[in-house]
Amino acid sequence: MKLMTWQEIPIGGLILEAGNAKKFLTGDWRSQRPILDEEKCINCLTCFMVCPDGSIVLKDGKMSGFNYDYCKGCGICAYECPVKCITMKPEEDFR
Amino acid sequence: MKKRMKEVRWHGRGGQGAKTAAFLLAEAAMDDGKYFQGFPEYGPEREGAPIKAYTRISDRPILQHDAVSDPDVVIVLDDTLLGSVPVTDGVVEDTILMVNTKMTPDEVVKKIDWHGGRVYTIKATDIAMETIGKPIPNTPMIGAFIGATGMINEKALESKISHKFLKKLGQEGVDANIEAVRKARKAIAEVKDK
Amino acid sequence: MTTATVKKIRRAFTGNEAGAEAMRQINPDVAAVFPITPQTELMHAFASFVANGKVKTELVMVESEHSAMSATVGASAAGARAMTATSANGLALMWEIVYIAASSRLPIVMPIINRALSGPINIHCDHSDMMGCRDSGWIQMFSENSQEEYDNLIQAIRIAEHPDVLLPVMVGQDGFIISHSLESVEVFDDEEVRDFIGEYHPKNPLLDTDHPYTFGPLDLQDYYMEHKRQQHQGMQNARQVILDTGKEFGEKFGHHYSNFEEFHLEDAEIGMIALGSTAGTAKVAVENLREQGKKVGLLKLRVFRPFPFKELVEAVKHLKGLIVLDRSDSFGAMGGPVFLDVSASLNNLTKKPVTRNLIYGLGGRDMKVQDLEKIFGMMEKTVKTGKGAGSSQYYGARGDD
Repeated sequence: MKLMTWQEIPIGGLILEAGNAKKFLTGDWRSQRPILDEEKCINCLTCFMVCPDGSIVLKDGKMSGFNYDYCKGCGICAYECPVKCITMKPEEDFR
Repeated sequence: MKKRMKEVRWHGRGGQGAKTAAFLLAEAAMDDGKYFQGFPEYGPEREGAPIKAYTRISDRPILQHDAVSDPDVVIVLDDTLLGSVPVTDGVVEDTILMVNTKMTPDEVVKKIDWHGGRVYTIKATDIAMETIGKPIPNTPMIGAFIGATGMINEKALESKISHKFLKKLGQEGVDANIEAVRKARKAIAEVKDK
Repeated sequence: MTTATVKKIRRAFTGNEAGAEAMRQINPDVAAVFPITPQTELMHAFASFVANGKVKTELVMVESEHSAMSATVGASAAGARAMTATSANGLALMWEIVYIAASSRLPIVMPIINRALSGPINIHCDHSDMMGCRDSGWIQMFSENSQEEYDNLIQAIRIAEHPDVLLPVMVGQDGFIISHSLESVEVFDDEEVRDFIGEYHPKNPLLDTDHPYTFGPLDLQDYYMEHKRQQHQGMQNARQVILDTGKEFGEKFGHHYSNFEEFHLEDAEIGMIALGSTAGTAKVAVENLREQGKKVGLLKLRVFRPFPFKELVEAVKHLKGLIVLDRSDSFGAMGGPVFLDVSASLNNLTKKPVTRNLIYGLGGRDMKVQDLEKIFGMMEKTVKTGKGAGSSQYYGARGDD
């Protein structure tokens, strides 16, 4: 990313654009990737409740996977899942 | 070096209105078209504690902001201060002393070893009781000051009193204060040329 | 010089009352207040304007000065014209937020009733409070008397809110010496003052819900320095804006202002630099000595930040001797804060005046006309003999005589 000069940025540290955190893809930070076993999943949505980054993707109210743009791979979902349908795999296996 | 203004030092006790008098005289000077300063000397102020306040009056803008060290006039609102606070500090040979007291000028001179100029005594508390009905000697002492020095116009003082106190004291209170000023000025005028 | 035609009346005001009168005419949207001697009377008078419906200001009573400055910052960020006032330890307690106000580029105007910082505890005048935050990024002005307090506050609004500046301004007046002293003040017509300061149109108010934005985010190695560079530029831009505002104020109201005032300085051999009420007293000393044929003069410094170093050098470079008065110490430094800036300003001159620094008047210690005449005499001797040149000493502390 090209950094702006002092003449280009808004004064006083203001950020004029609302909700621009969306542009910052924190999924880059991930070293462990959660993988869902759909067969085992009972759609209790515990993972949805505990995910600190809102990265559990629901479809029609049912667990359907992860938003890897923002999932940091913390593994809380896998730890909390009552039926252990989420497993954490090394990120390098996917790159 | 010739002084560029007249300086007045007020001695009183907390609650007697020394600061009010210093400010009132200053404001009357303004209405008389003169430049002025009025300021108290701040310390631990309590009802009855000795306090000092100052008035400066000049025909030209007053630039300096130092304390008054050699007053032209010293006014003492309470004679119990004589001998207990240094009212003679910084006085020069023509400094005028005005004391609210039943004593004679000679008695005052003797009591405080006065080495300045003319000494006036006036029963300002009595005048205040007769006119205002309260033992507040500050307005009559301003009247006495005008009588002795002629430094500001009496009418300017009277209009200042009406303007400043009408809301707080009503017309009756204003009239009483103006009456006090006139009585005191007259009392001084009677002895001035003697 | 044009003749001012604005209606004015002469009033008897203490410095605090003059400050409150300026605030009444400025009519800020928000004022956050906490009392401290000798500032209390200013906000007391202003609070009665609020209570009597003379202003539409939202008066916020807070529980400390830290909160007073925080509330002022919040109000200013929201888009309000916001003010507060304080003295000494109150300013010290605001400390953290004082820096935030400047770096957030909020055009807050704050009267400071200059008072000695504790300890030992003292309520009287010196400049240690404002000098303590000379590097905080606030524009700093000192007033000689009640009139200047009033005039400076009105100008401060314009300077602070200028789009090229957008920095907070503190306007100092000497505690008790000015704040509690009754003097003649020319007060201008309300409408004319309001016309001069104009309406405030904040560029990015937080209350603009159609354009939500983030205020006060974390700012690390990648952008913090660019923000400081901007802040630096705002202060640089203030130099011209202060001069322009002073000129326009003079044209409209008849009182002319610059970074400093020169008093018999042009043909002087010995000069003095002073700020605040002492400058007025020094004028009398200069007049007295001039009558004796002594070539002495005064430079009354009005704007301390941004420090007008270029103009100051031009004004004093012809002098044989220059005595700099500081009403606060900068412990461990070469001299007081004014002396440090003056010395640094003179640094590039090949032929410079002999300088000396005196630290005086701490905690309200009186400085008389006679003292200042004596100091001019001291400086004359220093020029002749070289004794004391470049030194910084206390003046008036017992034990040094």
